[in-house]
Amino acid sequence: MERQFPIRQIMDEQGRIVEHEYRGQITEELVMAMYRHLIRTRTFDRKCVSLQRQGRIGPYVPFEGQEACQVGSALALEDEDWMFPTYRDHGAMMTFGRTLTQTLLYWKGRTEGCIPPQGKKIVPPYVPIATQLPQAAGAAYAEKRKGTKNAVIVYFGDGATSEGDFHEGLNFASVFNAPVVFFNQNNQYAISVPITRQMKSKTIAQKALAYDIPGIRIDGNDIFAVYFHTKQALERARNGEGPTLIEAVTWRYGAHTTSDDPSKYRDQEESKRRRETTDPIMRLERFMQREGFWDENWANDVQERVNAEVEQAVAEMDRYPSANPEDMFDYVFAEPTWTIAEQKQAYMEWKRGMEG
Amino acid sequence: MAEITMIQAINEAMRQEMERDERVIVLGEDVGTNGGVFRATDGLLEQFGDQRVFDTPLAESGIIGTSIGLAVNGFRPIAEIQFLGFVYQAMDQLAAQAARIRFRSAGRFTCPIVVRSPYGGGVRTPELHSDALEALFTHSPGLKVVMPSNAYDAKGLLIAAIRDEDPVLFLEPMKLYRAFRMEVPEEPYEIPLGKARIVKEGEDVTIISWGATVPLVAKLAADMKAQGVDAEVIDLRCLQPLDIDTIMQSVEKTGRVMIVHEAVKTNGFGAEIAALISERALFSLSAPIVRVTGYDTPYPVPSVEDDWLPNAARIVEGVQTLMRY
Ligand SMILES: Cc1ncc(C[n+]2csc(CCOP(=O)(O)OP(=O)(O)O)c2C)c(N)n1
Repeated sequence: MERQFPIRQIMDEQGRIVEHEYRGQITEELVMAMYRHLIRTRTFDRKCVSLQRQGRIGPYVPFEGQEACQVGSALALEDEDWMFPTYRDHGAMMTFGRTLTQTLLYWKGRTEGCIPPQGKKIVPPYVPIATQLPQAAGAAYAEKRKGTKNAVIVYFGDGATSEGDFHEGLNFASVFNAPVVFFNQNNQYAISVPITRQMKSKTIAQKALAYDIPGIRIDGNDIFAVYFHTKQALERARNGEGPTLIEAVTWRYGAHTTSDDPSKYRDQEESKRRRETTDPIMRLERFMQREGFWDENWANDVQERVNAEVEQAVAEMDRYPSANPEDMFDYVFAEPTWTIAEQKQAYMEWKRGMEG
Repeated sequence: MAEITMIQAINEAMRQEMERDERVIVLGEDVGTNGGVFRATDGLLEQFGDQRVFDTPLAESGIIGTSIGLAVNGFRPIAEIQFLGFVYQAMDQLAAQAARIRFRSAGRFTCPIVVRSPYGGGVRTPELHSDALEALFTHSPGLKVVMPSNAYDAKGLLIAAIRDEDPVLFLEPMKLYRAFRMEVPEEPYEIPLGKARIVKEGEDVTIISWGATVPLVAKLAADMKAQGVDAEVIDLRCLQPLDIDTIMQSVEKTGRVMIVHEAVKTNGFGAEIAALISERALFSLSAPIVRVTGYDTPYPVPSVEDDWLPNAARIVEGVQTLMRY
């Protein structure tokens, strides 16, 4: 199966292009955009880990190491497409249009952080594993029924492939020939459980065979492989050719969440080794150096601009008016039922009594 | 006697039962090498090996379904659902299958499994990690539902649950896992399922609670005593079977009842208790029953959860209302 589903690269670890047919599409403009987003997501992610340590946001889910998967796939989308992310995919969300401040507010435990940005079809991140897959199939089927050219991307981890919803989502999408891309980030661990204990299958891509849809296995740290293969899958979807399963093989450097201690279940030397050999940002830098796109001053400027943007978002979060608990009664129904209306009233009276 | 936390008591109960009975096995997500995300199963893999303590694939329906098969075929599985909010994925296996094996086979097959799961709020978790869903299971005939509030009870109840011949849902308030230590005997002991505990005796008002809210209620009752209200506090410990006698005796004595639970109000287990009291002791009541509970909304985001949860002020106000009668 590993032979039938090889890990495809367009650029190798040294930043060399190995699939020459893509050369013409790799423009300087595209590369610079990719680099900017990679730096932006990594800088933001590290900032969040440090904000969590300072107690300025709540428990946080880091994605460092997986930036190429998230940035590359999100850049492949068209504005009108749908995104169904998980709790780890804020890198993809911020690349597709969610603001940094919104993301910070989400991790601060604020409802405002869940609200999709105006005009963007970004569904609030999913916390239960794999739940989003059948829903993405449904949203995609709706686009097909409406006769649009819009497609859907849905994210999930390696652990998610064990849930029934993974299989139901793929099967429904296959049966309905729905325009959806199932984008798997195989970071090889589900909290503490390594993929070898999650499944006996040698690849995740091979699971597509069972649903008779294309399955492809790519190097998730090669942003070109992620971008171009996602784009092709989205094109297929738009052309009425149905769903695709993409397995992007990657690695999370850090903990599962800031509450997790990875030294309990794996040797963190492995993360160190991967950082030095297969890092997605380092790889793109190598490519740029090789191709003569690299400009130290420009890169410093990118980093400085990103730092300023992140700091500004943090300042905005800090300035945000404190949460209004009355909000928790709203949006349960279009019209509150009488128990909710009554409880809200009682809550407000009680709160006024407490304050006055 | 050693002073230990609730999480240590839970760990000790499983370890001792595994030492006693080799049919007892532990399975779930991250329960092996990691020792559970809250460390409930810490050290069990090292002591008992990977034939008896094992990580499963990430699938709650699979965890419970497999446990049912193992139980029907002679094992005594302790399955962990990592957070109670993810039990929805396993609802068919639990409520429609585990609950009914004995019934459907007229007693030929039984399903002695324990499903442990952390639940409850106040610890700033993401969405769906905090829900108190006990009423879903008290509404599923065939399941026992146990909800301890301290280390001593947790150990004795978990041992009883493991030895029980029927499926038991064992719901652990995660806020209390390490909240306080308590003297717990080192040897194994059982607390029978279906026996409530009177936390504090009193004459004026009965406060019934379970799980996460019990320590708060107990503390408030002690404070109220100084202000001249003598509350009796009952920790149900087990909702199914329910210790109706302890409830009725107390209600007949005080004539005033408050029920405190973290779950949403409508159709919460408090509604069942209120109905039982009105069926059996209506004329002993001198005041309408008061419920202090979560609101009828999904559990909110962490920034406002403290306002959602039943808190001291709402409980005290409820008692004052009762005492006006
Ligand atoms: C239905 C469900 N079960 C359990 C959990 C607890 N949990 C959160 S993340 C996680 C591991 C997920 O692993 P994977 O799908 O590989 O994604 P990753 O976190 O590595 O991105 C688990 C078990 C959950 N959120 N939802």
